[in-house]
Amino acid sequence: MVITGAGIITALGRGWKTNAAGFRAGTTAFRPVTLFDVSRQRAKIAAEIDLPADLPATRLSGNKLRRLNRAARMLLLAAHEAWEQSGWRPEEPLPMVLGTTSGEMSLGQDYLRQALHTPGDFKRQATRVAYYQVQSPALILCDAFDFQGPLTIISNACASGANAIGHAFETVRSGRAPRVLTGGYDALCQLTFAGFDSLQALAPTPCRPFDAQRNGLTLGEGAAVLTLETLAGAKKRDAEILGEIIGYGAATDTHHLTQPHPEGRAALAAMNAACAGAGLAPEQVDYVNAHGTATPQNDATESAAINRWAGARARHLPVSSTKAGIGHLLGAAGAAEAVVCLMALRGQWLPPASSLTTPDPACQFQLVRQPVDAKVDIALSNSFGFGGANASLVFRRWL
Amino acid sequence: MSAVFIHGLGAVSPAGWGVAALLGALEKNQPLPVETLTRPGWEKKLSVRSVPPPLSRLDFLSHPRLRRAGTLSQHTLAAALEALGTDAAPVQAGALRLGVIVCTMAGSVAYSRRFYEEVLQEPATASPLIFPETVFNAPASHLAAYLNSPAINATLVGDEGAFLQGLAMAAGWLDEDRADGCVVVGAEELDWIIADAVRLFRRSAVYTGGAGALYMKKQSSARTVLSAVTDSFSFTKSQNRTTAARKVRGQLGEGRADELLCDSETDRSVWLDWPGRRLSPKTIVGDSFAALSAWQCVIACDEIRKQHCSCASVSVVGSNQQAIGARFVSPESSDL
Repeated sequence: MVITGAGIITALGRGWKTNAAGFRAGTTAFRPVTLFDVSRQRAKIAAEIDLPADLPATRLSGNKLRRLNRAARMLLLAAHEAWEQSGWRPEEPLPMVLGTTSGEMSLGQDYLRQALHTPGDFKRQATRVAYYQVQSPALILCDAFDFQGPLTIISNACASGANAIGHAFETVRSGRAPRVLTGGYDALCQLTFAGFDSLQALAPTPCRPFDAQRNGLTLGEGAAVLTLETLAGAKKRDAEILGEIIGYGAATDTHHLTQPHPEGRAALAAMNAACAGAGLAPEQVDYVNAHGTATPQNDATESAAINRWAGARARHLPVSSTKAGIGHLLGAAGAAEAVVCLMALRGQWLPPASSLTTPDPACQFQLVRQPVDAKVDIALSNSFGFGGANASLVFRRWL
Repeated sequence: MSAVFIHGLGAVSPAGWGVAALLGALEKNQPLPVETLTRPGWEKKLSVRSVPPPLSRLDFLSHPRLRRAGTLSQHTLAAALEALGTDAAPVQAGALRLGVIVCTMAGSVAYSRRFYEEVLQEPATASPLIFPETVFNAPASHLAAYLNSPAINATLVGDEGAFLQGLAMAAGWLDEDRADGCVVVGAEELDWIIADAVRLFRRSAVYTGGAGALYMKKQSSARTVLSAVTDSFSFTKSQNRTTAARKVRGQLGEGRADELLCDSETDRSVWLDWPGRRLSPKTIVGDSFAALSAWQCVIACDEIRKQHCSCASVSVVGSNQQAIGARFVSPESSDL
């Protein structure tokens, strides 16, 4: 199973090149929230994207283009980049498997606000209903580039993007489709921001994953898209291969709706299943892109799971959480972090978390804190979500 | 797709809690009574059908996870547990790996509305107890927690067709040996905000909540087999609803005189020449996105189980995303 296209947009910027430079340097992209009022919230920062005014040429009408909101724009930009790189043509059916937690929720908020405040005013309400739904940005993507394939939306909270890629991987591997466009997207919105703030999960300062003094996560937004296909299909087109996906594991943590089991049993099960599927032992993994949200509980649980999973290898195993740079992208996180793994495999470097000052002593592994070149042949990416959705993906360098 | 047995069925609907109540309503062939729901600040009432209270207290509500769980989760659990039947015990004992797939379109709208209303009033004091319940996968998580099931779990969000996509995903998991059995639930809940939104698109719609569930296994003595799920045909600029529905028809086949069609009352023109019997639960119970398509499948399977027909096709032409179909047969069917 090979990856022949990757597109990404985060607060670091638009596209592979800009993001690779940012991740390699450990750049952070946090700033005060401007999209909605956070004056009465505990946290006031996020990794917002400055969306470009220009979009690639599409088949969308002017009316539809005007109605594009943040999530749809991000998805469109990331998908276009991946699509262009893959060299695919739209004639064949193209299954899409995407992950998101809230789609275009800001429109849902607008709908409710108007319904409550001016109940007799129905102006634009139907449009809001139509466009806020999670499938809407993906259907717009179909129209934009004439994609015809079936669309599957997985909403497993913060593991959505990883589960989407995992399902796409299984779809191609089992022969149910020769190619799949997959990834995740999520835009910042007030409901989600206030939700995480209500749980006191948001840090008032930029997040510091795996730091002993960590004090919560920082939200971000973005989209990342991959084109997966069989090796035979890629070779037939003489396509450039960015890397391979070779393992996917998923498990459910039943401990609590928002808190992981302290021992990280499901995280361990997901990593083990992904490696078993890939036919690898932990000793063969060169880098782990951790879920690493920077909440005290998540990082403690994940540390415990990685320590157990890696065993003796842990002492020399490089681990980082790139949420230190772009925040937590929720439904897009697993997809963006998959692209980061591909970047590391392609560029032979490790993405540092430069905000880390005092490594949590519970981490028996090597936390990547400085930009560094390294031999990276195998990378594993973890994504864990509310509700206990745990997913791990394994990627291999293409030589 | 390999054939998969439908080992159990479950339903919660405005007809009551359980498959029997749903089937009873269908048998009477009379639309269930319509009630009205108040939309704050608006003098007109919304026409809806609500799920009646359960006849006895739901046992699962005593589980610590479910004390705050909303209606959507309650519907999900009730339908799933009915479908699982005695297999719930081996799942809880860790002897059976159960894949969980919950499909929904609107999700937990009641809690989402309530939480955002709190945010609008005072974001600094919005309830941390409500927010986690707004997440789409809360019902799937609660179900897995109640069953103590650590196996793979997914929530699919989309229009009515998502439930049939869930069936195909479950069949894939069983093929890949990710689970020994899979329960697929289509669930929705009733709230004024969603009934109001539906009314903007379909004036005559009578919205309701509920859930339907199919429990699938590779090996079973069950009388029903899922033999096929068609491709999902998305509604796009170059493929409208009717074209998509025709493609589903093309994959399901012409139909036979002894074949039931359980449809969604949309794009009926595509099915005008269907040679067999037809059932449309929507006319009896109302509109309910993923729950409705789940009820269609429950009814189709039950008809085969009771040997009222040897095979049944389900056609779903969704609200805004896709047309998709499924075919169920008896294990003795030559179509397998």
